[in-house]
This record gives sequence, C-alpha cells and structure tokens, in this order.
Amino acid sequence: MANRKSKEIESTAMQHLLGIKDLDVSSIHTIFSTADQFKGVINSPTRKTPALRDVTIANVFFENSTRTRISFELAQKRLGADVVNFSSSSSSVSKGETLIDTINNILSMKVDMVVLRHPSPGACKFLARHVKSKIINAGDGTHEHPTQALLDAYSIREKFGDVGGKKIAIVGDILHSRVALSNIYCLQKLGAEVTLCGPRSLIPYQIEELGVKVSYNLQETLEWCDVANMLRIQHERQDVKYFPSLREYASLYGLTMDKLNALSKEITIMHPGPINRGVEVTSEVADSNQSIILQQVENGVAIRMAVLFLLAQSKLNKIIH
Amino acid sequence: MAKPRLILDNAAIDLIISRFALQIMEDQASDEVVAIVGLQPRGVEFSRRIYARVKEFFPENNLLYGELDITFHRDDVGRGEQILVPKETYLRFSTENIKIILVDDVLYTGRSVRAALDAIVNFGRPKQVELMTLIDRRYNRELPISPDYAGATVDSRSTGEKVKVDWLDNDNKVWLIEKVKK
Repeated sequence: MANRKSKEIESTAMQHLLGIKDLDVSSIHTIFSTADQFKGVINSPTRKTPALRDVTIANVFFENSTRTRISFELAQKRLGADVVNFSSSSSSVSKGETLIDTINNILSMKVDMVVLRHPSPGACKFLARHVKSKIINAGDGTHEHPTQALLDAYSIREKFGDVGGKKIAIVGDILHSRVALSNIYCLQKLGAEVTLCGPRSLIPYQIEELGVKVSYNLQETLEWCDVANMLRIQHERQDVKYFPSLREYASLYGLTMDKLNALSKEITIMHPGPINRGVEVTSEVADSNQSIILQQVENGVAIRMAVLFLLAQSKLNKIIH
Repeated sequence: MAKPRLILDNAAIDLIISRFALQIMEDQASDEVVAIVGLQPRGVEFSRRIYARVKEFFPENNLLYGELDITFHRDDVGRGEQILVPKETYLRFSTENIKIILVDDVLYTGRSVRAALDAIVNFGRPKQVELMTLIDRRYNRELPISPDYAGATVDSRSTGEKVKVDWLDNDNKVWLIEKVKK
C-alpha cells in the first residue's frame, strides 16, 4: 500500500510546485496529511524538526511580500533547512541581470531549492525549464499562487472536515488575483462548488469556461455559500480605474456585519491578506468569530512545511525538461 | 524465489504479547509512570496489542499509551527511492521524567530507533527509554542499539532476506522471505 502510494506521488509533477493546475488530487491529499503532522510539530514544545537539515533554500522575491515570505522562511527554519533571502530591490537585477543568470548565480552557491515570487506570469515555469533546481511558485504575476490555494483549501478542510461538496464564494478582484485562479483549480479538484462575485470590470471575460459560476450580487452569493473568500483589491496592479471609488466598491462588495447578520445562516469568512480594512471586509467582520483569517496564516506555515518536505525528497535527476 | 519460512505463528506471538505485558508490570516500580510508545507505521500494531493485554491483565494500571511517527527525524530523507509520507503522532502526555518503552515490530539496522530517540525528546526529557521488539535481527545492526525486550531473534546475516509481520485479527504471523529483486 505504502509502495503504491509513493509511486503515485513520484509520477506526479512533484519535482516543482509551479501551480495547482498540474497537481493531481492524490498529491493534494498527501500534502494535506503531511501538513496535519507538521501542525502537530509546530504545536509541540520544540516546534522544530531536523527533517531538511542538509537542504539549502533560496527565497527569491522580485515582488513585495510580508506574509508569504515570513511564512516560507519560518517553514524552512522549522524544518531545519538553511535559508538565504534575496529581494530584487537590493540586488543586481537593478543593474540589468536576467532572471536565469540571477538564479543560476544563486544555484552555483549550492542551493537546492528556489522559492520564487515574480511579477510575470509563467516566470516559474520558464525557470523550471532552464535551471537545475526545484522551483516553488510563491506567486507569479496574475497567474498562480499555489501554496495560498493549498492553505485556503486546508483551512476549509480543517473547519468542515472535508472540502468536497462545499460552496465557496470568491469575492472581489478576480481579474488581478493569482489567489483566485489557484483557488478555483484547487477547490474544484477537491470537489467544491465555486462562485465568483465582484464588479463586472474585475471578473475576467469567459471565466465561466473554468466551470465556475459568476454573480454580480454579493448578498445572493453570500446566501448561497458556506465560505466567502474575500480577495484584496490590488491597487498595485490596477493601471486604470476599474471602479469609480473605493467607497462605492466597499458599499457594493465590501463585507459588513449588517450584510452577515441579514443572512439566514452563519458563513465562514476568509481573506488571503493583507486586508484593506473597511474595503473588502470591515474590522468587525475580520475580527469576528466567523473569520478564520488568522487560522489561514497558521496553516500557511504547516502547508509550506509539507510542500518543502515532500519536494525536497524528489530526485533532481528525474526532472523532465 | 524461495518459499517464505514461518518464524512465529499466532500462538507464539500471542505468548510473546502476554510475556511482554507481564514483564512491563513486573519491572514497574511502585511510583513509576510508564508509557508504551509504538513506532509508526508497523510498530503500532504490536504496541496496541501489548497495551490491550496489559489493560486486560491489570485493568487498574495507569500505563500511558502513545504512537510516534519518526519520518521527520530519519537520516535518509531524500536519499531513498520512495517519498516518505508521515503518519500520525499520537502522544497526549509529556515524556518529562517518565519511563518510555518504545515498541517496534522488527529491529534491523537500528536507524528507526535512533530517529525515535530523537523524536521522543521533542515531548520532554524521559527518565529512561527502553526498547521492545517482536523480532531482533541481531547480526544486521548499523548502530549501537540493542533491545531490552525481544520476542524472538533471527540470526540471518543475509541482507537479501526480509522479515515480514502479518497483523491480522486472529491470525498473526511472522515470515522470513527473500527480497524481491528490483
């Protein structure tokens, strides 16, 4: 049994974690059950394991990040790995070095894995094809953010016992959100129903092709769902105005206690962070009992430990270019 | 492939379980707290049976019970062919200042036990740690580790052989089989 399971994992795209799209369901379940054990480790007196004591990991961030970066770094340190951090603002990238050169230079210092965040969609896939290292996508532009989707689905599983059959609403800036895309893939693979909700200008054209429902009415969507994942309005990616004002957005698509109290049932609130308090959700909602935002952050470390631990075991020479 | 050889049948295993249960009780000092900790994945089948037998013989005894996964402490992470996936650690007590009896089915190279010794101190500093195994393959050790309680010893020096334990409801068996060549 153990043998067969291992083979299944081996056959999947577990050499890298580039996106949820190419990840099969059995791998997702393996990541979850491994994360369960790491949660136990995090909550044990020592909070650490020496599992990756002989692995060196580079966190290469070409975009700002607080939570993802700290979460990855904590996960790496709790696994006993050696960590180097790299951010583009203080590096030779500003002198015109290419992505491949930057990474190859880091790798020649004997680094085993790279956690990459980059503003260009597909940067991780490109890199996986051209450099000999294991790549973990920590967000590539508006494309995917796989560990966020895994920790979101894991938090839903923790709350409800199972993701299958649950109704999940993803609300807000779908157009610019890598979290939304990864979440759609992940939740659908695990058998959940997904509805996207937001202003027309922030919902990509023909997104229904992915098998999701689209709604422009927040109250109806909230009434339908078990969980509402409220996405952040990404000012930094919005080069033109997609809605007249934040105030209008907040009144139509922001989640308030009044809107929650008007529902016939209690729903669970999620947010990938960082929260624009008073825009996507009010402070009251974010801090309420229905919110599992801080559990998401805690689960993020366990999920990233699981991903790193499983990926570190796959052999580099088996990578298919 | 040579025919698997039966080393222990159900009656023999049952006798060992009873013997171990009695030995644990005999060795326990009056004011001592003892915990049986089975090693995942295969040691737990054995440890559950021993715990149940102790409870059957001595229902009043305050023996503690836990299960320990050693995956994160192994020394071969990323070196083998297989991807290691952890099993559940179930340890609802502090190991601080108590006696721990680690239970596994087969003691072979000793590396799992080394990892278990590392893993167990995450839960506190035990007063004493002992090792209990159903089978002791005493000529194949790679580390200086030996059992305090051994059900049976297998003296095969060959590394081409494997000891397989079948845990079934009422028909437990231990086999010596030839390893399948890859």
